[in-house]
Amino acid sequence: MSAVGVRIEMTLVLFVAVYAALLVFLAACAARIRMYARAPMHLRWELYPIPGETSGGDAASRTRRSRLIAELRFIVPEVLFLKGLRQHNRRLWRRSFPFHFGLYLLSVTVVLLAVGAALGRLAPGLRIGPPVRIIYWMTSLSGTIGLTSALAGAVGLLERRWRDSGLRAISTPADFFNLVFFLLAFGALAAGCLLRAPSEPGIREIAAGLVAFDTALRIPGVLAIGLLLCSCLCAYIPMTHMAHFIGKYFTYHAVLWDDAPGGRGGRIEARVAEQLTFRPTWAAPHISGGGARTWAEIASERPQTEGKP
Amino acid sequence: MSRRLKPPDLAQPDGRPLLQIDPAGLPPLPYPCDQPEARAPWAPLPEGVRRTCAGALDDTCAVSIPRPKNREEEEAWVLRFLSGLEKLFTRENNWTFLQPLLLTMEHCARCQTCSDACHIYVASGGQDVYRPVFRSEVLRRLYHKYVRRGGLRSAWQHGEIRLNWPLVARLIELAYRCNLCRRCAQACPIGADNGLVAHELRKLFSQEMGIAPKEIHSRGSMLHLQAGSSTGMNPRAARDNLEFIDEEMSEKTGMKIQTPWDVIGADILLIHNAGEILAWPQNPGAFSVIFKTAGLSWTLSSELCGYDAVNYGLWYDDAQFARVALRHAEAARRLGVKKIVIGECGHAHKSLSITADRLLTGDLNIPRESSLILLRDLVAGGRLRLDPSRNDFPVTLHDPCNIVRLMGVEAPQRDVLRRICPQFHEMTPRGVHNYCCGGGSGFAIMSGHNFRDWRLHISGRKKLEQILNAFSGCMDPSIPKYVCAPCSNCKGQIRDLIAGYGLWDRHRLLYGGLAELIVNAMSDVRPGFLEWSWH
Repeated sequence: MSAVGVRIEMTLVLFVAVYAALLVFLAACAARIRMYARAPMHLRWELYPIPGETSGGDAASRTRRSRLIAELRFIVPEVLFLKGLRQHNRRLWRRSFPFHFGLYLLSVTVVLLAVGAALGRLAPGLRIGPPVRIIYWMTSLSGTIGLTSALAGAVGLLERRWRDSGLRAISTPADFFNLVFFLLAFGALAAGCLLRAPSEPGIREIAAGLVAFDTALRIPGVLAIGLLLCSCLCAYIPMTHMAHFIGKYFTYHAVLWDDAPGGRGGRIEARVAEQLTFRPTWAAPHISGGGARTWAEIASERPQTEGKP
Repeated sequence: MSRRLKPPDLAQPDGRPLLQIDPAGLPPLPYPCDQPEARAPWAPLPEGVRRTCAGALDDTCAVSIPRPKNREEEEAWVLRFLSGLEKLFTRENNWTFLQPLLLTMEHCARCQTCSDACHIYVASGGQDVYRPVFRSEVLRRLYHKYVRRGGLRSAWQHGEIRLNWPLVARLIELAYRCNLCRRCAQACPIGADNGLVAHELRKLFSQEMGIAPKEIHSRGSMLHLQAGSSTGMNPRAARDNLEFIDEEMSEKTGMKIQTPWDVIGADILLIHNAGEILAWPQNPGAFSVIFKTAGLSWTLSSELCGYDAVNYGLWYDDAQFARVALRHAEAARRLGVKKIVIGECGHAHKSLSITADRLLTGDLNIPRESSLILLRDLVAGGRLRLDPSRNDFPVTLHDPCNIVRLMGVEAPQRDVLRRICPQFHEMTPRGVHNYCCGGGSGFAIMSGHNFRDWRLHISGRKKLEQILNAFSGCMDPSIPKYVCAPCSNCKGQIRDLIAGYGLWDRHRLLYGGLAELIVNAMSDVRPGFLEWSWH
């Protein structure tokens, strides 16, 4: 097989890997969302302050004013600037913020690359127009700052996790691996961008090639490795605790801020009524579930037997 | 610094505690508790307890788990634990908290931000075992290994753990080194809830293995369901005691006080923590005085459980929790009241108003309201004639976690105090960010072996620091001072702190509820309702 043939096959492998990673990412995120969304209706377990709630009453007397706006006012600085971490753990925030903000910018870069590539393909006439030029410069800016910031943050987080003995004692091998993985993937991507010859395709050309599935593209080796690692990272994230961008939505909206009262005849009451027919198998003498009686039956009785070890 | 403890260390052979605390090395307290004579004693855990009880974790013992007689018995307990662990993650057995538990199991980043928010970890001088994430990490590793059946990859990803009896026994004790105040969850950048993990572990031990501290189970919720009150008072005794309190209140106030019982169709069913009737009778008495003066239509109930608002199940057992909550609601339904008002008891507020809310279906979902809101409405609405000069002494306010952080009732009690206490001093931090008193989740009624000493030195340390800082500059014994704690459990803990550190004897620091302060300021009542004596 000729060298060109090998290159084409490599490009093909890379493109397939990128698309496969994207699919795995979406599927794993969907599975995680499904797992949380299908969990049974839990008892109320909210935590205050809840945005938009007054501090003067309980569930029966509280008024709700502009709850959505209040939530947005809380969640936007929380997500963008990690406000809570800044308030409670400033030393970690100095490392975590650049890391996360870098990831956000890189996500924006990916979207801009896709939009730029799609525009270039669908409307070739626009290629030199102002919209494409704006996208061009925004991509460069967000990509450069994002990559630099994420790399700096990852180094900082790794250093802190290693040097703080309290943090290290409770860390798992994967906690270190994850940060090293980010460093390798982003480091290779950055090196690939910096080291490529002017005649070789860069990120934009690769994005265009991905959109057109142009496997004739000759991608520089280091950049290919960077892209491959980033694809693997993308597929890996939702299978770990790092999928907290999903978890956080549920912890806030479905638990900490979920103060929706039961009420009579509503959706919540119907779900709970169904769950009260579940038959628990808890074995302690004062419950003696055994799967024979429902939660409602157990709750309605007066236990006579103590649970003693 | 001694070697860092890690979650797998819980599996070390039982017998020797993993941690020993030198009280002299704890973070210093403000004046006057920085003085040698103001230091509370800490009795060592008796050798006999070390010999007979399993779960050597630190310098105290909360649960008194009998040591298994042989290896077979140990293995049987481990198997029961494993069985409970699986059930904790099934819909049928744990629909009540499965979703929040899963979220916490899956998304903790082990960043330790929660540690500095925890009053127990901070007050211990930073002992690893008391990190909120420590016990969560043990459960998380067990969950991934045994429930998700993760294998080697899981050990690498989530951390290794070896399951044996010493680990289970220590985990039981460790589940009772958390006040469930959830300040850690407030600080978590992701919203993971390590307080919930302690709660869920307690449930596993109680609901599957039948293990819980006697003070909250056999002498607590079981007694409550069988006798009618966790104090052991049956309905007859409760009525007799209230009759006696009415006589005393009539004498003190110069008003004819008669607490109404079982009034069908009354507007309000008031449910006190029955512990108040026995330990702090002036509190239910003050409510009777206020309600009579305001002309409210109200009643107490002599139904089983209907005169005791506590619900210890909130801390450790969903079945016990649901049973008590249903009985509270049934008492109100039988009387046909318009709403239930919960007396000054934090966990009773939380359990009946919030946690039980979705369990109370149909006509059992009767409106519930905090007494703090009602008291604020009466004070602000001009239903009581008040003379704030009667309360002209320094007062500070403790925010019970269950009422404030976990329920959002923060302003009403402040509105009252600002109107009736000219020298009201806030604590720092306050409101939803306040520290737990250290007696939360049942600790205030747990004093077995030397657990009380642990409460005074460790779990109550931050609260004591807050109280002393709030009164800095007025610790002179010629100035009487009042810690307002509108929660029975908190009052018990603050009583123990004040007594343990000699703050009443040497500095005239007293504690009590909100209703007493209101009555003390009422112009219609003879002056001197508050008794400046130790009780």
